[in-house]
Amino acid sequence: MGNIFEMIKISVSNLNFFYGKAQALFDISVDVLEKEVIAFIGPSGCGKSTFLRTFNRMNDTIPIARADGSVTIDGTDIYAPNTDVVALRRKVGMVFQKSNPFPKSIFDNVAYGIRINRIHKDKADLAVRVEKALYDAALWDEVKDRLQTSAFGLSGGQQQRLCIARALAVQPEVILMDEPASALDPIATQKIEELVVELKKKYTIVIVTHNMQQAARVSDRTAFFMLGKLVEVNPTQKMFTNPNEKLTEDYITGRFG
Amino acid sequence: MASDLTENTTSTAPRVNNPIGDRLFRGALIAAASLILIILISMVAVMFYSSRLSIREFGFSFIIGQVWDPIKGEFGALPFIFGTLVSSLIAIVIAAPISVGVAIFLVEQAPKSIARPMAFLVELLAAIPSVVYGLWAIFVLAPFLRVYVQPPLQDVLGFLPFFKGSTTGIGMMTGGIILAIMITPIITAVVRDVLEAVPVTQREASLALGATKWETTRIVLANASSGIAGAIVLGLGRAVGETMAVTMIIGNRPEISASLFAPGYTIASVIANEFTEATGDLYLSALIEMGLILFLVTFIVNGLAKLLIFSVTRNTVQRS
Amino acid sequence: MDQRRITNLIMTTLTAACAFGVVALLILILSYISYQGISSLSLSFLVETPKPVGEGGGIGNAIVGSLILLGLASAVGIPLGIAIGTYLSEMGSGWYGTIVRFVADTMIGIPSIIFGVFVYVIVVLQQGYFSTLAGSLSLALIMIPIVTRTTEEMIRLVPKSMREGALALGAPEWRVTMNIVIPAAMTGIATGAMLSVARVLGETAPLLFTAFGSRFYNIYLDEPMASMTVQIYNYAISPFEDWHDKAWAATLVLITLILTINIFVRYITRKKY
Repeated sequence: MGNIFEMIKISVSNLNFFYGKAQALFDISVDVLEKEVIAFIGPSGCGKSTFLRTFNRMNDTIPIARADGSVTIDGTDIYAPNTDVVALRRKVGMVFQKSNPFPKSIFDNVAYGIRINRIHKDKADLAVRVEKALYDAALWDEVKDRLQTSAFGLSGGQQQRLCIARALAVQPEVILMDEPASALDPIATQKIEELVVELKKKYTIVIVTHNMQQAARVSDRTAFFMLGKLVEVNPTQKMFTNPNEKLTEDYITGRFG
Repeated sequence: MASDLTENTTSTAPRVNNPIGDRLFRGALIAAASLILIILISMVAVMFYSSRLSIREFGFSFIIGQVWDPIKGEFGALPFIFGTLVSSLIAIVIAAPISVGVAIFLVEQAPKSIARPMAFLVELLAAIPSVVYGLWAIFVLAPFLRVYVQPPLQDVLGFLPFFKGSTTGIGMMTGGIILAIMITPIITAVVRDVLEAVPVTQREASLALGATKWETTRIVLANASSGIAGAIVLGLGRAVGETMAVTMIIGNRPEISASLFAPGYTIASVIANEFTEATGDLYLSALIEMGLILFLVTFIVNGLAKLLIFSVTRNTVQRS
Repeated sequence: MDQRRITNLIMTTLTAACAFGVVALLILILSYISYQGISSLSLSFLVETPKPVGEGGGIGNAIVGSLILLGLASAVGIPLGIAIGTYLSEMGSGWYGTIVRFVADTMIGIPSIIFGVFVYVIVVLQQGYFSTLAGSLSLALIMIPIVTRTTEEMIRLVPKSMREGALALGAPEWRVTMNIVIPAAMTGIATGAMLSVARVLGETAPLLFTAFGSRFYNIYLDEPMASMTVQIYNYAISPFEDWHDKAWAATLVLITLILTINIFVRYITRKKY
């Protein structure tokens, strides 16, 4: 932290977020740096998932949701009135808590984003891109012989890596992960965590997790949220050994949450 | 009393203090349930028994027999099977895409404040009695088709056998259209249930990849496809059994014609029209045998529909 | 991207057109009925019996007939349907319950005319005459599976905790069901019953050869009975314009009745947010 030459990828200023009359996020200001892994931690209901979803405007699907303040990615306010949300979501990918592959083949799942965005030049190019995405998601070897089979034939961990491949296929710059391993067994979880560390070389990653050890294992920086407020953000090492705030320390040592 | 406090209270444990009350109650319930079993079995048995004359007389040729002549005592069901199938198929071809469209609009696109009242209004269409649809078809739909739709169709497409013949407005086309209107609410209702049963995460996955609303809807439809098929089959089942509206508008002539403008006759209609005037046991038996055919057809079609729908909506409340 | 946007817009417009089109059709039909029906509507129409063409007359006996047929059908069909529905929710998880449920589901899909055929053979043919009894029986048979299903669904919605609370107090199971569970589900059960009533109010085909129809006021079980639906049918297929007008007026009365029930049910079951 403190390297003034690091680029800021996402910059949030005084963000207040509402579901109708209920306020979910209070005056959040934080930056996410290029190609870092930043973890959002905090007790249930603290707003970390809501905050994550402001980065790709997934909250738009809820009619009463409203954002007040600014969220800029690469300098552009994504909540500006004429924002192309479809393009935003291609740039900022998302992996969900429970894997949600489409009822299609493995190949078609990964190809979906490529096809609708018309990224590929032809069928051969499509196949190349699908293979690359699966490779980058550490799934290629396991599925290369059965690309046309249903995605539901995969294990939970494999399905989640498939969802990551699907997200990678559209060439995002930021990947949002909402508790990606919470539904997986320890071995599958480990695979996902290794993947996150590998992906950080090319992508900016924001990961929400309720598992503090996971945050400690994979992230460069960690942000601690509580009741819709950002309590503290610091390099992970410092956060878990010598946090600034007492509240943070109490949470980390398990005094509550 | 202390002993009461130690009583086993799980709902499946045998009750100690009122066995007679419980036994009587359960007995009454079982009796009621058995009654419905008896009713259905009786219905099937009675219908088979009452059609025995016709079955013995015509055998399998009843189904392929084209002649329906009560005076000569010749009875063949083919014109009616044809009429039922064609009118129902016309209805499905029209109603299926429209109903799916309505359901998509109500579930995926319209804001809740519009969707809820609209859904209610669509359901009200199902509350209108068949005889009222028939009345409206005779005096509004048929004249409209006769004047504004059938002549132009004949002008443009009259070289096809489907559009030949006199355009009276009474016939297969009108029958198919009124059926389409009548089955739309049920197909819409089931497709709505099925779409709502698709998990939100599927939509989110699609949107998160930068898909448009419609592209996301296509993913939802892919998830719901067997349920949608089931809804359409259910609509078909309804169309096949519809009686009054069709009877009033289809012309009631047992002919097999390629033309959509020609009159036709359905199984339900011939029963409704000729049942009370059936002179002779063979005549009545033939009509009842047709009722049996209708019963079996709707049984199979509805069974298939339920299978398809159930595969998608395992946990949601089902509609009839 | 523009092409995707255009496709999105077209499809949104298409589906909206379908939805608004269907609703417009409903309004069209209802308006037409009101418009056509209101001119022939009068007090005498509602009270008199049908008369030959040109001499006036009305649907008084048909209205009463429908109500009587409905009343009798409901008296049999609704309690029986509730009983079977209760069986299915309380004891229906075994093989027998599966069969009964399957039977009920099957019966809902049977075209109503088949019930008419059935009752004709076992009642009308045996007795040698059309009767109110036969008519009500055919309607009751239609109502039973509908009430069964809605009752089962509604009872299943009663939270287990309510049941267990009563059992824990030492109440016998049958009391828990009768005094706690069914009353808790009563709104749902009642609305299911009302909807089945609205449904058979509009039935015509089964009545054609059971109750048959009549030109007179009648209250006897062993005589034919008029009904609104059959009367509308007869008026509609006649060659007389005077009677066509009456068909519309009768339709207006019938539709008003049916829609009132439906809207009332919808009002009761509205979700309060």
